[in-house]
Amino acid sequence: MKTGKMMTSKTMTNKAKTRAAAMVLVLLHGIIVFGGFIAPGEPASQNRDFPFVPPTRLHFVDAQGHFHLRPFVYQSVSRPEGLYEYEESRDQEYPIHLFVEGPKYKIAGLFLSSIHLFGVEAPAQIFLAGSDNYGRDQFSRILYGGRISLGAGLLATGISLSLGLLLGTISGFYGRWVDESVMRIAELFLVLPWLYLLLAVRAFLPLHISPVQTFFLLIAVIGSVGWARPARLVRGVVLSARTRKYVLASRGFGASDSYVLRRHVLPHTYGVLLTQAALLVPQYVIAEVTLSFLGLGLSEPLPSWGNLLANLQQYNVLVSYWWMFAPAMALVVFSLGYLALADAFHKRLQSVTV
Amino acid sequence: MRRLAWLAALVLVLGSNSLARSSPQPAQSDEELQITDGEVGRYGGSLVVGQAAEPKTLNPVTAADVRSREVIGRMMADLIHINRDSQRTEPALAKSWAASRDGRVFTLKLRRGLRFSDDQPFDADDVVFSFQVYLDEKIHSPQRDLLIVGGKPIAVQKIDSYTVRFTLAQPYAAAERIFDSLAMLPRHLLEKAYQENRFTQVWNINESPAALAGMGPFRLKHYVPGQRVVLERNPYFWKMDQKRQRLPYLDELVFLFVGNEEAQVIRFQAGDTAIMNRVNAENYILLSRDAQNGGYGLFDLGPSLEYNFLLFNLNDAKASRANRPAWFSDLRFRQAVSSAIDREGIVKLVYAGRAVPLWGNVSPSNQLWVNQSLPHPARSLEHARELLKAAGFSWRGDGRLMDGKSQTVEFSIIVSSSNNQRTKIATIIQDDLSKLGMDVHVVPLEFRALLDRVFQTFDYDAAIMGLGGGDADPNPEMNVWLSSGSTHLWHLGETKPATDWEAQLDQLMQQQMVELKYDRRKRLYDQAQQVIAANLPYVFLATPNILVGARKNLANFKPAVLEPNTLWNVEQLYFREGSGATAGAKP
Repeated sequence: MKTGKMMTSKTMTNKAKTRAAAMVLVLLHGIIVFGGFIAPGEPASQNRDFPFVPPTRLHFVDAQGHFHLRPFVYQSVSRPEGLYEYEESRDQEYPIHLFVEGPKYKIAGLFLSSIHLFGVEAPAQIFLAGSDNYGRDQFSRILYGGRISLGAGLLATGISLSLGLLLGTISGFYGRWVDESVMRIAELFLVLPWLYLLLAVRAFLPLHISPVQTFFLLIAVIGSVGWARPARLVRGVVLSARTRKYVLASRGFGASDSYVLRRHVLPHTYGVLLTQAALLVPQYVIAEVTLSFLGLGLSEPLPSWGNLLANLQQYNVLVSYWWMFAPAMALVVFSLGYLALADAFHKRLQSVTV
Repeated sequence: MRRLAWLAALVLVLGSNSLARSSPQPAQSDEELQITDGEVGRYGGSLVVGQAAEPKTLNPVTAADVRSREVIGRMMADLIHINRDSQRTEPALAKSWAASRDGRVFTLKLRRGLRFSDDQPFDADDVVFSFQVYLDEKIHSPQRDLLIVGGKPIAVQKIDSYTVRFTLAQPYAAAERIFDSLAMLPRHLLEKAYQENRFTQVWNINESPAALAGMGPFRLKHYVPGQRVVLERNPYFWKMDQKRQRLPYLDELVFLFVGNEEAQVIRFQAGDTAIMNRVNAENYILLSRDAQNGGYGLFDLGPSLEYNFLLFNLNDAKASRANRPAWFSDLRFRQAVSSAIDREGIVKLVYAGRAVPLWGNVSPSNQLWVNQSLPHPARSLEHARELLKAAGFSWRGDGRLMDGKSQTVEFSIIVSSSNNQRTKIATIIQDDLSKLGMDVHVVPLEFRALLDRVFQTFDYDAAIMGLGGGDADPNPEMNVWLSSGSTHLWHLGETKPATDWEAQLDQLMQQQMVELKYDRRKRLYDQAQQVIAANLPYVFLATPNILVGARKNLANFKPAVLEPNTLWNVEQLYFREGSGATAGAKP
């Protein structure tokens, strides 16, 4: 794996790498955005006869040894002697159909639809990533959970960067006591133990807070705590840019502050911002996951990657049902994608400045 | 060489000295020791038990939490004891007792010649002193409530050094059961602190072992905060086996503080601990997979005596939302909720089938007291909808339930975040009630925060809790069902019964408490159970089976349904020969 990565970094140009990382991320985000269409079921619907079903196997060859072009599944039936143990009932094959009718959902959160990418006929079930304690389809939950976790990460990053850009620019551009005070506040924020801060904020909230409110509150807190680092970076860039000769020259021609900022200073900060964005998104996704894992995020039955991973806090789940790790895989893939992108941005930034 | 031999001799002497201090003392002729039945064992070994958290105190009078009581209970003894196996009372420090004809006066004869774990004699003065402390209002002992009969504290009188008389204000059914688990205190160690009004500060977890003594099978050896408490044999314990060997057999009993149940399971599986007290069903199944190789046995004792329930807040305190009580205080609403809950689903998904569904407050395993004729209605969403319709509820176009004032039905259920089972139950109920169009939020809270809301601020809509499990007798339940009771959770601090059925329940519970005949008492308690089940102050859910585990080489292990489930006969436990006496003994 490691050598593979090194090979690619040697053989691929930076531009190609950026493009590859971006494409993978676009694809993954597309899957999440159209999660309702791709997911075969509803994330919260319980299926109490099927707790902890392992991932359904796709077959091409049936019990008689005949090859089927269309993949099919067998129905999972629980073994009478063991609890939460299942076997495939080989009596009948259930072929996988595309574009099937299913539970209603909204395409990309906008248009109502009930067509799903794939599905099997009842009574068979298809659990691509197994089912959880309540018999909920984990694959659907990962997709829907991605909306919450990634949504939180992206929005919180937006807040952090806007705040960072605003305060960093003011600080770097105007200098003196403004700079001094903003930077001291930034340092204060850098040393804040944000996890404890969140714990405290959550404890003060009333019980009756709705999931939507919880979600936005989480984003607001995560986002507003993290502005300090981007602000310091932006300040540095602004500080060096505003003393450049062409800035002085444009000043000499009577350019206003806002013109100088727009035309000559801010464009320098975009590279830094992009790199920061690519770094912050996975960091904030993990922040959401951490909070939900600790029971401070969104509550059941809403899925988020943190909620899904929280199942692993139970020792018996941890050692008995390996498919409960699937959300961690999703998290790893997304984080790697973003970090590769950040890396590429960073390299590009260096080559530009050099 | 000579010097070496001398050194070895010194070590031997010192070693045997330190051993002698806690080795069992031979029985004296003037000691009235109790002879126990059960397998005759052998001395030695150290038993390590995992505990989720460390005790808060070692003071038996002020201890309110299970962890503290678990440890304290092994160092203390009571006058009359409930045998956890037979569930009947048996003589303990009192060798016999007699009740007067009207059931109000109890005369207890104490065993003679007994000594506390610090070699000081035990007699009637200690008993009188102990009750003085338990009954003192300033001490706030959680046991005090039980010792108030008919509104008056039990009067305790010393007749002679070995006879004590207890007088009750009114007859009290099964009165001898209240003596169970009331630890007898050493007057010589505690009287000074009591007189100086610092009783509640003594015997905390930092107390030196010398300042602590009891009549139980073990005494404190040392306490390592945050890690473990080590108890050693009480060499003067008052029980012996058939061969007249003084109990307990074990040299040491170690409570290891491991953090939580998951850690308890891991430590037990790894062989670090020898007993697994109350494991949950999923971990039980996990452990059962390698029980053969692991060298341990697992026991399913059947349903416990506790009951888990959904509690609606019926307190009339100024609630944060004005419309709340209107729904919850409507019996039809509660019945609809009860009818919609999938109890079988709870048993299957939460307890992995090792539990029984409940429709009343008495567990089916309490055969002496359960009302067999209570209805067990099957789950029916149809019936629930009819009830809601009759109560004036209706459904919006999108399926959401609305009350008569067009307010959507939305409430939260609080659960203890550390109790995985109850959180799961809440998730199942949430899904069940969503089928009725109710929007339910599950809010896991830290256990103390939850208790605070339920007992103090009343700032909650509904909660999932559990009660019971201490004794099979109905009397410890008085607190829960009397409208003035301190655990009358749905409506605390009622000065008079708020509803007719609560008045009726008060009456029935009072009557059964003073009725001395079992048959008549049973009829009264049956009626009380009917009133409870019909009016649903709690929506009963399920009672889990008691699941425990122990190393195979641990003999005399007889887990019981009553608490403490595994260590109640710790004095008789011993490690079988050739099994490595200290299996699970690496603290």
